[in-house]
Amino acid sequence: MIPVAFDYVRAESLDEAIAALSEHGDEAKLLAGGHSLLPLMKLRLGTPSVLVDIGRLSELSFVRDEDTYIAIGALTRHHDVQHDTIVLREAPLLAAVAGRIGDPQVRHRGTIGGSLAHADPASDLPGAVLALDGTLVARGPAGDREIPASEFFKGFLETTLAPSEVLVEIRVPKGTTGHSYQKFVRRSQDWAIVGVAVARVNGHVGVSLVNVASTPVRATAVEQALASGASAADAAEQAAEGLEPTGDANATPEFRRHLARVLTRRGLVEAGL
Amino acid sequence: MSILGNRVLRKEDQKFLTTGGTYVEDVPLEGAVHIVYVRSPMAHARIRSIETSEALESPGVVAVFTAQDIDLDPMPPGAPFANRAMTRPWLADGVVRFVGDMVAAVVADTRERAVDGAELVFVDYETLTPVVDASTAADNPTLVHEDAGTNVVLRLPDDFVSAGIEQVAAEVDLFEGCDVVIRQRMVNQRVAPCPLEVRASAAKWEDGHLTQWSTTQAPHSVKDTLVQLFELQPDQVRVIAPDVGGGFGAKIGGYPEELFVAWVSRRIDRPARWVETRSESMMTLGHGRGQIQEAELGGTRDGKLLGYKLTITQDAGAYPNFGAFLPVMTRLMLTGVYDITKTEFSSCSVATNTNPTVAYRGAGRPEATAAIERMVDIFADEIGMDPAELRRKNLIGKECFPFTTAVGTTYDIGDYEQALDRVLEAAGYAELREEQRQRRDSGDTKQMGIGLSTYVEVTNGIPGSEFGAVEVLADGKARVRTGTSPHGQGHVTAWAMLVADQLGIPVEDVEVIHGDTDEVPRGVGTFGSKSLQSGGVAVHQAAERVVEKAKKLVADLLEANPNDIELDKENRRFHVAGTPSVTKSWAELVEASGDAGLSAEVDFAAPGPTFPFGAHIVVAEVDTETGHVSLERIIAVDDAGRLMNPLIAEGQVHGGLAQGVAQALMEEMCYDDQGNPITANLADYAFVSAAELPSFETHPMETPTPINPLGAKGIGESGTIGSTPAVQNAVVDALSHLGVRHVDMPTTPIRVWSAIKEAKGDR
Ligand SMILES: Cc1cc2nc3c(=O)[nH]c(=O)nc-3n(C[C@H](O)[C@H](O)[C@H](O)COP(=O)(O)OP(=O)(O)OC[C@H]3O[C@@H](n4cnc5c(N)ncnc54)[C@H](O)[C@@H]3O)c2cc1C
Repeated sequence: MIPVAFDYVRAESLDEAIAALSEHGDEAKLLAGGHSLLPLMKLRLGTPSVLVDIGRLSELSFVRDEDTYIAIGALTRHHDVQHDTIVLREAPLLAAVAGRIGDPQVRHRGTIGGSLAHADPASDLPGAVLALDGTLVARGPAGDREIPASEFFKGFLETTLAPSEVLVEIRVPKGTTGHSYQKFVRRSQDWAIVGVAVARVNGHVGVSLVNVASTPVRATAVEQALASGASAADAAEQAAEGLEPTGDANATPEFRRHLARVLTRRGLVEAGL
Repeated sequence: MSILGNRVLRKEDQKFLTTGGTYVEDVPLEGAVHIVYVRSPMAHARIRSIETSEALESPGVVAVFTAQDIDLDPMPPGAPFANRAMTRPWLADGVVRFVGDMVAAVVADTRERAVDGAELVFVDYETLTPVVDASTAADNPTLVHEDAGTNVVLRLPDDFVSAGIEQVAAEVDLFEGCDVVIRQRMVNQRVAPCPLEVRASAAKWEDGHLTQWSTTQAPHSVKDTLVQLFELQPDQVRVIAPDVGGGFGAKIGGYPEELFVAWVSRRIDRPARWVETRSESMMTLGHGRGQIQEAELGGTRDGKLLGYKLTITQDAGAYPNFGAFLPVMTRLMLTGVYDITKTEFSSCSVATNTNPTVAYRGAGRPEATAAIERMVDIFADEIGMDPAELRRKNLIGKECFPFTTAVGTTYDIGDYEQALDRVLEAAGYAELREEQRQRRDSGDTKQMGIGLSTYVEVTNGIPGSEFGAVEVLADGKARVRTGTSPHGQGHVTAWAMLVADQLGIPVEDVEVIHGDTDEVPRGVGTFGSKSLQSGGVAVHQAAERVVEKAKKLVADLLEANPNDIELDKENRRFHVAGTPSVTKSWAELVEASGDAGLSAEVDFAAPGPTFPFGAHIVVAEVDTETGHVSLERIIAVDDAGRLMNPLIAEGQVHGGLAQGVAQALMEEMCYDDQGNPITANLADYAFVSAAELPSFETHPMETPTPINPLGAKGIGESGTIGSTPAVQNAVVDALSHLGVRHVDMPTTPIRVWSAIKEAKGDR
């Protein structure tokens, strides 16, 4: 549980962080809440030679109401997402999802930006932002770039962020009329065996699935079935369409597909469909 | 009024809840080197070569040792009767036998540098086929230990018969007169003990004297081993077990990792220390359980159980330790609380390329209870009788004690029917069954299960005595020295209560010393729920003797007859009966006693073990769509004889229930078919947490044992023994109307879901 030796840079500003990333390239990693990165380093599965700590950049910790969407700073802790009044009012799915992450310690350290940038397909927030059709704002040496959530996740622990880019803001639309997060776990603090996020926003229903592929995925067949008038129960039957989940000690691929269907149905019903 | 029987708060908790106590890792040791073991990533392989030169050049590395450097005899096998060819070497000698087997020891000036150095030890392995599945290990042509010529470690009863320990049992027609005989294969899975404090050890030599710090349940046995290994005199070795953060049976003996630290320290002439990581602990601290059970139970249609047969394959792991011996304990408790007159038992303990198994909370008895309690439920289902009713019909009656079972175990005392009645009443059993019926009728996706278990277990089962001493100090306070070695059990409070009860000296003024072989001359330690009924009784009797001595002294001083001397415990003063104005205090007596002092030592050997019992009911809700089980209620009636401190007893029951639930519902140490552990951290291994547990409804019951003067039996393991089958039975009970007859532990969602599917004939 002791990482390989590394250099440590504490960024005093966002610009400093970007400069440090540009200087060290692939060798460097941003350190936010550290709750995904540090465990990997302690197991020596991750061996960055430079850590750029952005943990104290208060400019990245905020929630703003921006007319048609809300903006959440990348460094906002899970606990704050869970309890923020703007999030609770305008994007209750995110608050509910944040409240289901790990345990209180994890929620007080982990950040929404870290969770998205880490892109673990078993993590909760990526699926929620995807179901909400969110937009991610990244800043690099060349300035800001907006990335739709649907184009952000590239593969297992892989995103379309460039090595010198910092994820600064997550935007999700206002106008939620129903939502649900169905997280299937054995123990309350576990990662999802399968998770289903449902968001009804401005007349559209977004459904995404957690831990059934190498990235979080949209349940497109379910969304289409609903759009063409299918009942929640019938639409949910499509949830495993095209999925080829992996098996592990907790679930076979077949069980994961089954759970995707059951949880989608329950999620749709809870979201008022 | 005696303090015994009161809910006295634990004195030690202030420390544990604030500073966290002093554990081996906290012991300062100037100039100590740190050891990191290079462990095998393979379950079974031949070592072609070990390259250590790069590690030796790594900054801070002081030495790297491999098998060829060691000039110390290996520790004898931890399993009685084990084949000597299965002895564990200090470091793997030519062959590695499980993932985690130690190959080299890297010694450096800091732990960080030792970890870095360990990465630079390169081992060239030639892969061998691993023996992973215990059920086929006995006949597997691949041998874990070539030289042993077999994978079999211990066969019962055969090996005991050929050793002359027992006779060949007479042939019986086991199921004669039975209308129904049911059969079931059950897996009592391997679990990882997961004490909060992982293993740690430190050693220092001074002028030929060794001081060894160890996180152990039995410091004196660690000392004996060290004396033997290093060929020293007993007064040359001191073993200290400071605060110990849990053991659950897995920390009874000394492990090679720990004792090797002393060898390293001597070899390089510097203090040395070692502490393992959590993953290391989960892979290499001894595992618990690990039985495959084939059971048959026969009886009549009206519910009289007549014959029971249990055949066990016990997974002993790569180097047979106490785990190989667990079936002996299982056999001892074979028929549980039932009067079943005909039995047959056989077992085969086998070596496999996995981590060795050891004692774990209950050690062989939970396995016995799990088997019989599951079988009784299946039998009830088969003949259509309520499982509570079937149990009642077969319980050993309270008038029958002492009672000798068909396997020859003599139970001290019990009232099983009362325990059953109490738990049924506390649970509101009839209403629960009614609610269950309604849920079944409504076809709800969430079904309700009601699980019962009536158990009896054996505590203080290993013959021998335990040491206890009481001394009154010059300031009128008292000091206890005990051979028990608490690691969570609250002896500091409980033993102080025993002294307070006799001497009147308040609990806060009684110091309890344990876990230091220089301070405590003899001791056995703490395991097998033995401490109160052995070491506690010793302290109790020593306190009685101190009072006797004091009375004699007072009689001398006041020129009276010792029989007329009274101790006014409230005021802590002695006086002659009838003249309470002339008194002597403890401090005055200590002064008057001169060099002799006022103390007593007792080695108490109980005339036999005791048999705590109880009855548990678990109410579970099972989601039949997802297989998820949530526990609604746990109602536990536990009888451990006279309760000295019901608060501490309740704490033991709480922990035991949680651990028992964990085995039934959550935990399993898994290996893949190549022998790789796949649950070697607390993310993958489903260690139970408070969030998965309902509030416990505990109901103490007190049937004092005649075996010892305190009337006390053990309570440390009861919760674990009773609750596991109650949970498992509840899960199956929730599904029995769907045709499900058995679900192996842990009853995970996938297992429950698969069982329902199979019952429906989907597969
Ligand atoms: C015991 C435990 C239980 C957990 N349970 C859950 C759970 O149930 N569900 C769940 O979803 N998660 C869980 N987590 C993970 C937790 O939510 C993490 O906090 C989160 O995944 C990562 O956020 P972080 O701020 O800690 O990121 P860090 O660990 O600091 O960083 C993670 C990665 O993201 C990069 N990164 C961080 N911030 C940025 C940024 N602004 N821009 C670009 N890259 C960035 C880092 O360089 C690193 O590669 C658990 C963690 C632990 C330790």
